[in-house]
Amino acid sequence: MTPLAYLLQRGTALLMVPLIAAHLAVIIMAVQGGLSGEEILSRTRGSELWAAFYAVFVVAASVHAGIGLQTVLREWTPLERRGSAFAAHTFMVVLLGLGLRAVAGVYGL
Amino acid sequence: MSKGNGKVLRVKVWRGAEEGGYQSYEVPARENQTVLDVVTWIQRNLDSALAYRFACRVGVCGSCAMTVNGRPRWTCRTHVSRVAKNGELTIAPLSNLPVIRDLATDMTAFFEKWQAARGRFVAGKGKKDRMAAIEPESKERAAASAAIECINCGVCYAACDVVSWRDDYLGPAALNRAWAAYNDVRDGDRVGVLKAVATSGGCHNCHTHQSCAEHCPVALNPTFSIAGLKRATLKAKLKGEMQ
Repeated sequence: MTPLAYLLQRGTALLMVPLIAAHLAVIIMAVQGGLSGEEILSRTRGSELWAAFYAVFVVAASVHAGIGLQTVLREWTPLERRGSAFAAHTFMVVLLGLGLRAVAGVYGL
Repeated sequence: MSKGNGKVLRVKVWRGAEEGGYQSYEVPARENQTVLDVVTWIQRNLDSALAYRFACRVGVCGSCAMTVNGRPRWTCRTHVSRVAKNGELTIAPLSNLPVIRDLATDMTAFFEKWQAARGRFVAGKGKKDRMAAIEPESKERAAASAAIECINCGVCYAACDVVSWRDDYLGPAALNRAWAAYNDVRDGDRVGVLKAVATSGGCHNCHTHQSCAEHCPVALNPTFSIAGLKRATLKAKLKGEMQ
């Protein structure tokens, strides 16, 4: 792991602590009145705040998971540097794409 | 060894190289007896072909480390009474190093990693310069002092999970040494130490399991040293000193 990857890993972890807390708190509050797709979309549609919140969350989670996955692959599989980097970066891009697409969906783009 | 008490230790010792098996021996139990005493007794009285390594016998040279009942230990300072379970001992070579024969491991990779981590002094001044004045209370001197008493025994290297997972990981001993070298303010290339440990197999791979600190026979804390290197490399990187 390079110093930059280390910084990104720790930085995204730090960033996600309040994001996860807020995400869990909203889930608990939201399910009180029954949970439906309509109810969720009524809160998120057109809300720039929630779009920004989850966009940041998705980027942080993708970067964090990608770096973490590369470490796990290096330590637990026979993959060497290039192979593990390719697999981890691919996973990071897929996660980022799916996550941002979901954010766009709940925002109503 | 002190006088015998008629009791017997049942000792299993690894014989062979990577392929091999345990051989059982019975060794007279003594009141005061180290694991190295047991191995030496076997080699002198039961099996002269047993290969093992030792030198000083007093915990200074770091030659005699072995795996004793599953844990890496310095055998010359490990009393049998502390580690034997029901009068039984199982003695194997150190983990994470190739076995040459029996209890002797090939420590080449271990020492090559010391070099790779730049754990050596690079002169910053010539002999005509004034002698460097190092305040004993200074932060750097205190950090170097805390890390400097390593005896190169390889116990931490054998105990480290990350070493067992990654061939290229420099390991706790080399990184601990690098931390001591980095904190030597007389060194002419301190950033060079940081560059050497900020590689793909470097300090940032430490998982902070603390096995090294748990097993170190001289009570050093390489995990703490590695944490220092992580901070120092990060600061140097952000300041642009590591280009």
